[in-house]
Amino acid sequence: MRFLEFQAKRLLESHGIKIPRSVLYGEKMPDFTPPFVLKAQIPSGGRGKAGGVLFAEDEKELKDKAESLLKGSIKGFPVKHVLVEEKLRIEREFFVSFMIDASVKREILIFSSEGGVDIEELAKREPRKIRRLEIHPFYGLQDYEVREILDVTGKNLLKLSSLILKLYQIFHELDATILEVNPLVLTEDGDFVVADVHLEIEDESLKRHPELGDMVSHYEEFIGTREMTEMEKRAREIDNLDHRGVAGRFIEFDGNLGLLIGGGGASLTVFDAIRKYGGKPANYCEIGGNPSVKKVAELTKLLLSKPGVEKIAVIMNVVSNTRVDLVARGVIKGILENGKDPKDVITVFRIPGAWEDEGFKILKKYGVKYLTREYSLDDAARMAVQGWQS
Amino acid sequence: MAILIDENTRVLVQGITGREAATFVKDMLDYGTPVLAGVTPGKGGLSVHSVPVFDTVKEAVSRTGVNTSVVSVPPFFARSAVMEAVDNGIKLVVVVTERIPQHDVVEFLEFARIHGTTVVGPNSLGIINPGVAKVGMIGGRSEDTHKSFKKGVVGVVSRSGGMTTEISNLLTHSGLGVSTAFSIGGDPLIGFTIKDAVMKFEEDEETRAIVVFSEPGGTQEEELAEYVKEHGLKKPIVVFIAGRFADEFQGVRFGHAASIVHGEKGSPRHKIEVLREAGIPVADSLNEIVEILREKI
Repeated sequence: MRFLEFQAKRLLESHGIKIPRSVLYGEKMPDFTPPFVLKAQIPSGGRGKAGGVLFAEDEKELKDKAESLLKGSIKGFPVKHVLVEEKLRIEREFFVSFMIDASVKREILIFSSEGGVDIEELAKREPRKIRRLEIHPFYGLQDYEVREILDVTGKNLLKLSSLILKLYQIFHELDATILEVNPLVLTEDGDFVVADVHLEIEDESLKRHPELGDMVSHYEEFIGTREMTEMEKRAREIDNLDHRGVAGRFIEFDGNLGLLIGGGGASLTVFDAIRKYGGKPANYCEIGGNPSVKKVAELTKLLLSKPGVEKIAVIMNVVSNTRVDLVARGVIKGILENGKDPKDVITVFRIPGAWEDEGFKILKKYGVKYLTREYSLDDAARMAVQGWQS
Repeated sequence: MAILIDENTRVLVQGITGREAATFVKDMLDYGTPVLAGVTPGKGGLSVHSVPVFDTVKEAVSRTGVNTSVVSVPPFFARSAVMEAVDNGIKLVVVVTERIPQHDVVEFLEFARIHGTTVVGPNSLGIINPGVAKVGMIGGRSEDTHKSFKKGVVGVVSRSGGMTTEISNLLTHSGLGVSTAFSIGGDPLIGFTIKDAVMKFEEDEETRAIVVFSEPGGTQEEELAEYVKEHGLKKPIVVFIAGRFADEFQGVRFGHAASIVHGEKGSPRHKIEVLREAGIPVADSLNEIVEILREKI
């Protein structure tokens, strides 16, 4: 889960880290003096360039601009919250980021004394300005290691290094996958203040941090940067019907060849292949983990409810956990309940593997053509498109 | 000889009393893999499909001589389970569990590295040396496993569990067969990577060619390309990258947890480019994998 800026900042503040004086617009009016900074709270970077950060000189302007932000969208996300902050008087800006690097299999710290910039651009432009430190999995981050990579001196060195160590503790103890402060501001008053922060924690890890329980995700109904369609929301409900297997990650497309495909890797493979052969998919999805007959039937009905969808291709990799007969039964049930004939609707059924003989028997009974394991996923995709075109 | 698992493999299952574990223990036994012990703390003295259950790995090792462990415990228990196996001299650990917090994975991978233990996974379906042994859930029931995996000359390494079986089935039915197949796990952070598998296959006498199944996200393919550029490869290799359409969906997670694209890095387009630059053929369809292999073997 990616925390919104104001959520992450409140969390940091509760750990004793300094953030700008701020209020959430609508909760109360600021008790600090203008100028104000207004920041649209969306789960994405690059907000400033997209018009998501505005300034106001007085309360009237604050109100006008906040209301206009709340009416609009930034980078595809409708703005639900506006954070109002004091404008910091900036002396210097820094970049501090903690993440897990899968290639070295360690936590790493990335630091730059040029903050407030796009770090990837900086990496290309002036790679020497970026310092990178691998953190030992058992000894953790040491204060001297931090001091070695900072290019500040005097009391700022001590202040900055102890703040970075504190950020590391939070990153590590909260099971965060990223904690990025950009910029970290040194104010004219000599304080280090977190001006913006990007914090993500794996959904599963949240379970062992009950203290974060009230931090809700505000943009769950999004796929990338667009809001879920009604069909996608319905698919999610179907996936939540029971805990048996998954019938999920449903994404609607504008074609009319319905796809019941799985599991994860095979869905990616089949979707590419369907398009390569000229097919126009109505959707993407991933079924697997032996979903219940009910889930498969409901998903089938959902596909057939989409205007223009007359044909469905059912394709999975050779399965060892999911049972072929249960998927076959689910698809046929869904089609029959929709008042259609399975042999007309199913262009291709290609799921070999566990309980295939039982599955094939059911398909045969309804006159549905099925492919055995001698046909590859690629063959199945090609034949599905042929059947859809005819 | 084969890679990592062979006639001398003696398997321990940590978390053996779980429902999922009980199923794949039976499948492994039916396939002829010696599963000699299980561990579930507090359930010592029970048995699962006649396999004795112990309270500790220490006891399991000293009583049965197991040398390979499959870890199938809930996510928050995985760190301790892997470390227990490593600390008791197990040299190969296959972690089936998914959704383990990445900070825990960092720790147990470091512990394993220090002790010279190979960790495959997390979120791995397992490893199979066809006709000899299988470790983990890979292939499912024994009769299904025999249909999909026939002994042959191609090494398979896959980021997707299901596609490990699919590709092996394709190779089996094309007559080339499989030397060893690895499901290395779909998580962002894993122990045994594509590059590690390719290096093992290079040294394996049974393997004459290598197939890699990849997805969007991560940098494993980029690391492979770098390695090949520098060291070259003795054996022919073919890579297939699924999910090319994901280039249209920045930041969306498909399939496995690792298959998320941030910027150009991790995108299938970028991976294909660097692999081809390194002289590694990238198949445009699954069927093409076999065509390319036939030309090269």
